[in-house]
Amino acid sequence: MDPTIAFILLTDGLAGSALYLIIGLGLVLIFSVTRVIFVPFGSIAVFAALSLGAMELGRLPAAIPLIGLFVLLALFMECLRMRRQHSWRQWPRVLGVWGVLPLLPCALAAWASYQSAELVKVAAAVLLAVPLGPLIERVALRPIAHSSVLALLIVALVLDQVLSGLGLLWFGPEGLRTSAALEGSLTLSSGLAINYQTLLTMAVAFGLALVFYVVLQRTRIGKVLHATASNPTGARLVGIRPAFTATIAHLIAALLAGIVGVLISPVATIYYDSGLILTLKAFVAAIIGGMSSYPLTALGALLVGVSESFASFWNSGLKDAIVFGLLIPILVIRSGLAPHHEEEEEGDA
Amino acid sequence: MFEQINRRCVLRFVRSALAVGVIGAGAAAQAADIKVGVILPLSGPIAAQGMSTVKGIKAGMQYQDSVNGHKLSMMQLDDASNPSLSTRNARKLISQDNVDVLIGTGGVPGALAIATVAREDKTPLVSFTPINLSGEAAEWAKTTTQSGDVMVSAVVDEMKRNGVKTVGYIGFSDAWGDAAYAALQKHAADAGIKVVANERYARADNSVAAQVLKVMAAKPDAVLGGGAGTPGALPYIGLHERGYKGALYGTHAILSPEFVHLVGKAGEGLIVPTGPALVGDQLADSNASKAIVEQYRKAYKAANGEEPYDVFSAYAFDAWLVVANAAKQVPSNIEPGTPAYRTALRDAINKTQKLAATEGVITFKPDDAYGVGKDSVVIVKLQKGQWMLQK
Repeated sequence: MDPTIAFILLTDGLAGSALYLIIGLGLVLIFSVTRVIFVPFGSIAVFAALSLGAMELGRLPAAIPLIGLFVLLALFMECLRMRRQHSWRQWPRVLGVWGVLPLLPCALAAWASYQSAELVKVAAAVLLAVPLGPLIERVALRPIAHSSVLALLIVALVLDQVLSGLGLLWFGPEGLRTSAALEGSLTLSSGLAINYQTLLTMAVAFGLALVFYVVLQRTRIGKVLHATASNPTGARLVGIRPAFTATIAHLIAALLAGIVGVLISPVATIYYDSGLILTLKAFVAAIIGGMSSYPLTALGALLVGVSESFASFWNSGLKDAIVFGLLIPILVIRSGLAPHHEEEEEGDA
Repeated sequence: MFEQINRRCVLRFVRSALAVGVIGAGAAAQAADIKVGVILPLSGPIAAQGMSTVKGIKAGMQYQDSVNGHKLSMMQLDDASNPSLSTRNARKLISQDNVDVLIGTGGVPGALAIATVAREDKTPLVSFTPINLSGEAAEWAKTTTQSGDVMVSAVVDEMKRNGVKTVGYIGFSDAWGDAAYAALQKHAADAGIKVVANERYARADNSVAAQVLKVMAAKPDAVLGGGAGTPGALPYIGLHERGYKGALYGTHAILSPEFVHLVGKAGEGLIVPTGPALVGDQLADSNASKAIVEQYRKAYKAANGEEPYDVFSAYAFDAWLVVANAAKQVPSNIEPGTPAYRTALRDAINKTQKLAATEGVITFKPDDAYGVGKDSVVIVKLQKGQWMLQK
């Protein structure tokens, strides 16, 4: 390996790290607020990517029927809840929150499909992903919010299978790429060049990480999320509704997923089932952060992205094995550092 | 009120059933139908191919729906891209519907499964999928595609003509990638071309940056991609991103409209072997397939209301053509629906001589499933999103 190749692999790895960082942030956020390892994260990102691809071809993105399906399910469940609680007076709010709001991005996407500006389509694709997070949470996760972490994980895994199945049904089996937001590359010296798209990905990830830090530390909503994450019972005592924070967490995570989708689709071919492997690799990064620390997750994302890039050069067939193999030493070290931490929390819950 | 509607419906049903019965009986008195059992993957992972092939079969029916006074009737079953369902459907068509010949299916595992049933139940099969059968196994099973070996050999000839001295290979890490690589090694050695790199990737990978770097480090004059469908576009996109300047070659396995869309600018100048159907209007008048390709396009449009958009439908059309052509040679004293007819039809298919089809001139031998030779292969080049015939 000569320095040129090493440099190319490093930039590729950093671009990958940036994506894993964004996904990792979303995973940690959702896990710390709701104790769910949100496996369908990658699938939501994939839907944003495939929607953007469909819009570029001038077609209506298939995420619209998908959202429609979840809206119907959510409304149905809300009706059941209102019947159980005899709170039919809430129906205008329920209809607004679960019926109208999620359909707004769909309307935007339907309009954007016939616009020529790429930026409009990118924005529409990102926003299209946003309602999916809260809808999935309402339909599948809220009814079992008090189950064990393991049960929640299994439900999340099944959810991912369901979503990728729906993806195959509505988006079709063919993979696609979208056109790059930024064409061209920055030439450093002969043979050394970085694509603008790569730089953009890194910049967005870095910016998001900063925003995340500021929002969680300084704003009210950040403090609410933080409070729920560190002590759910205490948070409820001071008047924070867990269902509300869960919805907010899923909303933010789905927004992140949408951003990942439009960042990854110009550099990699996306299929309806590409989401799971993305989530799993970001999961390794999140594990390095102990599913709770954002800075450590960032470090983990860096490790995963760069080692994946170099591993694929040395042995392409084994690259996934190498990345997931990282988990073993990490888990050994982590459990050595913080013994039996997880089990105690389980016992409390 | 419901009862009334029901009664009316029942009456109408009985009346139409009677009418069908009378017409059916009338037809039977003339000559028995030649029953063609068609198995296609209309759902499941390769459904896109299934949808295309069903249109090809319909075009075939439009082109020719009777032979020697016998009507060619089709019975179609979906195998959901699942080889065990292909097997079950083949048995069902043979034992329950008493078909005279089978056509199908998309996907090599399914087609091989049907070929086994065809041999056991002594019913001829005409497939449109590359089935590597020879000797006794090929006696009852034929296919209208070119073999991978023939196609790679044609590509290597084209490389030699273009003065390529060294070639790198990036292909799937599966059976197809291995087959294409083996063929490349064999024919490149004969042509005096050196294979300097052999890199593989998985169908599901979404980046081949590392493999591309390794191939480029070997500095080959040309790169052959051994992928299929849209995942086959990855090496070309990667090479384009890294500024590779050499020539790009591919195999016929990537020829789909989705591939062209996905590969975009990165595929400019890509050279691929195919049958004549893809570039029908660019063919010279002397090409044996020119006339039938025109007929096929006309029939396809009449049957489906649209222009053909990929090559799978042409292969399926050819399968129908082979069946119709063979049925013509069967002596008129043998009635369809009998074992004697199936054997006679098999012999007729095996004796197919220089049948001009859309994907080339077909000549079958009893001990080989393939019938299209290298002389029918044309070389096309991707230019501005269009496949252009190379002279």
